[in-house]
Amino acid sequence: MIYRECGVFKATYQEDMAIFPIPLDRWGVMVISTIAIGGVPFLANDYWLGSILIPFLVFSLAALGLNFLTGYAGQLSLGHAAFMAVGAYASLILYGRYGVPLILSLLGGGLVAAGAGGIFGIPSLRIKGFYLAVSTLAAQFVIEWILTHWKWVSGGVFGTVDAPPMKIWGWVIDTPLKKYYLVLSIVIPLTIFGKNLVRGPLGRAWMAIRDMDIAAEIIGISLFRNKLMAFLISAFYTGVAGGLITFAYYGAANIEAFNIMVSFHLLGMVIIGGMGSVLGSFLGAGFITLLPIFINQFARGLGMPLKTDLLACLDLIIFGGLIIIFLIIEPFGLARLWQTLKEKLRLWPFPY
Amino acid sequence: MNNNKKEVLLQVQDVHVDFGILKALNGVSLEIQKGEILAIIGPNGAGKTSLVNAINGFYHPSRGHIFFAGQDLTKLRPHQIAALGIARTFQNVALFKGMTVLDNLMVGRNLKMNSLFISQGIYWGLAQKEEIRHREAVERIIDWLEIEHIRKVPAGMLPYGLQKRVELGRALAAEPQLLLLDEPMAGMNLEEKEDIVRFILDANEELGVTIALIEHDMGVVMDISDRVIVLDYGEKIAEGTPQEIRYNERVIKAYLGSPARR
Amino acid sequence: MLFLGEVFIGGLLVGVMYSLIALGFVLIYKASGVFNFAQGDMTLLAALALVGFLNIFPLWLAILATLLMMIGLALVVEAIILRPLVARPPLVLFMATIGLGFLLQGIGQGIWGTDPKGLQIGLSDIPFEIKGLLISQFDLAGAVLSGSLVLILVWFFQKSKTGRALRAVSDDHEAALSVGIPLRKAWAITWAIAGIVALVAGIMWGSRLGVQFSLSLIALKALPVLILGGVDSIPGAIIAGLIVGAAENLAEVFLGPYVGGGIQTFFPYLLALFVLWFKPYGMYGREIIERV
Repeated sequence: MIYRECGVFKATYQEDMAIFPIPLDRWGVMVISTIAIGGVPFLANDYWLGSILIPFLVFSLAALGLNFLTGYAGQLSLGHAAFMAVGAYASLILYGRYGVPLILSLLGGGLVAAGAGGIFGIPSLRIKGFYLAVSTLAAQFVIEWILTHWKWVSGGVFGTVDAPPMKIWGWVIDTPLKKYYLVLSIVIPLTIFGKNLVRGPLGRAWMAIRDMDIAAEIIGISLFRNKLMAFLISAFYTGVAGGLITFAYYGAANIEAFNIMVSFHLLGMVIIGGMGSVLGSFLGAGFITLLPIFINQFARGLGMPLKTDLLACLDLIIFGGLIIIFLIIEPFGLARLWQTLKEKLRLWPFPY
Repeated sequence: MNNNKKEVLLQVQDVHVDFGILKALNGVSLEIQKGEILAIIGPNGAGKTSLVNAINGFYHPSRGHIFFAGQDLTKLRPHQIAALGIARTFQNVALFKGMTVLDNLMVGRNLKMNSLFISQGIYWGLAQKEEIRHREAVERIIDWLEIEHIRKVPAGMLPYGLQKRVELGRALAAEPQLLLLDEPMAGMNLEEKEDIVRFILDANEELGVTIALIEHDMGVVMDISDRVIVLDYGEKIAEGTPQEIRYNERVIKAYLGSPARR
Repeated sequence: MLFLGEVFIGGLLVGVMYSLIALGFVLIYKASGVFNFAQGDMTLLAALALVGFLNIFPLWLAILATLLMMIGLALVVEAIILRPLVARPPLVLFMATIGLGFLLQGIGQGIWGTDPKGLQIGLSDIPFEIKGLLISQFDLAGAVLSGSLVLILVWFFQKSKTGRALRAVSDDHEAALSVGIPLRKAWAITWAIAGIVALVAGIMWGSRLGVQFSLSLIALKALPVLILGGVDSIPGAIIAGLIVGAAENLAEVFLGPYVGGGIQTFFPYLLALFVLWFKPYGMYGREIIERV
């Protein structure tokens, strides 16, 4: 009876529709948020903050973006890292070249990425299924080419564009802790916004399109408008993530950091974490980000420290293997596993 | 059953629907009067579902027009036609299996929900009020259809009979003027059928919804319909009251075939 | 004019090789309804294995050994991945092949390492001349080999009994089962064929480009060919391959200099997108009529 749902009665629809209707959930989220905002800085060292938590949060945001499009709206996107790249370069240009304030630059990068998403979403109006999936690869390759060959953007082929030091109103953001807070201050509101979106009419329209798009259209859902929104919003989120990772983690933008492998990693995060789940995006991103570290520590613990290339290929093998395993066992990913666990806790210790 | 309304709600004029050389509809014309219950019957493959698909805008007629409340539907997209006030249930249940019953019904109200996505993302304020308003409307239908106990169940996990009922709810959630039902009772037992018939009649009488239903169960057709239209091989072969149709020779021949020669 | 001819023919020859890879995709799709995203990684794996075997065996034996390995791989894939996922929607199977691709990549890297290797099969780099046109021996050999395999596969699928059975399976699993076609055997055969295609492609492209990671990306090149031709059309794969090969080369040579070069990577995709807008199932793909 730890995880109680009985005895929790909703007197109004308002209560029933709150994000976390079950008190324990609400409590849990508040605890996590408090730790994230207040506790972590005291508990975590710079390595954890800078090399683990920041990429985790940023990739969670990117995975969330992809989840909107692929998990909720059902449009598979194989080249999503390209939108991260657009966000990265756009935010850099806005901040570094035009002096737009940092947060606005990041959001602006997202908007530019959204524009790109909209353009590459147009084929989805006519093309479906596998054909659409492959055409999303076009985004990856075309955007890669544009960003490297358009001198105004890149300053040269395969050039790396360094990020200028970050400042908000004179306050310099240079330590991992400050960067962490910057990332948090963007990821948290965007996540809440996203959670509200998917619970509302837009989210329902997306899921309807995913489940049966013909029926959805016949009952009044405009496929064009809603698919386009999915591409726009999805690319926006991923674009902001691209900007964030450039400023707060890599310190520079290089097209190689957003190649096709990254696109597949994002997809893996969504599959493993759970398609159509906000929580799943975080779980998947966390899992993939922590995986190499975990393997490393595990091997060290066994007394067999691994060389980097062995680590790299173990990484691949486990990544691929996990995707397959999750698709076989739990296609709804870690999020569903978590939900099942909660269900079991509802009755524990009284199974009946 | 009202026999006095003569106002025409939907008009199908000489509609042809082809798939290559296969003619699904070959010049069908008919009217649906406001407030009536119209049954569309005919042997398998007669074109009944094709007719409904054409009204919904899923098929585009190669010839002919369809008018609803004065508007020509033939050039519109399905979602625009739905917005005019036409709702539909499907022969093979087309519920959104990954969503709960409640969400399925709420999708039915999407047409009426207008908040901008920014407002939806923020939720507090306009979007929340709108969501609550529509939730109330949907709960009325849930009550009416007696499906309160399954509101949070994912639609894919429901037994067939309940799925059909939820689909009816989703269609009614849109508060349509015209409701097209494609074999709403297929595969149901007697009790379930009686329930659905009751709901259909109530929708027609209490909510004022005009109903066109495709149905094979002749007992139901005779009982509840005001008028009957019979299709065969993509053409309309008879039209009239249930009594008139019952003894119509062409109709009997279409269903049973001609007597064997000795 | 002569130059145009060279570029065009060079493109066609490369196109034949694209056709071969695309055909591998089409065959797997036709027979098991699955898009094997791992085809490229299978190609790389085959090439790596071949290079490895060449260190101990003569050429013919090395090829045989790799062949056996690929067939073995096909059986394993069928048993471990396809069978548990048999009832799932095609999207799930597709994503499973993405996972498979990574798995194979990791295994290949783990066993044979990541440094590029050369693959010598006895073809020299010297182009030869026909009527003033310079044609690469490599390309020609590749085209001939690929073309022959294409013809063999087409014959196999269209004319032979097994081929017919495989086509029946792709159309309708249950119907095929009901007339006695063993589903799993059909899938095993199909994936073995994919393995053979991967091997030949690996040999051709590996000797052309060297055996390294980028080899697995060749399959990505074949994807626009696939959607241009139609994912379930054998003639489509062939014709689209030629078109993409020629168009890609011509575009790079004649348009490339104006925009900075490097457009072969994405030009096929734009070409495919353009055609798909008007024909959403590719040039010869079977249109899926959805019913409600």
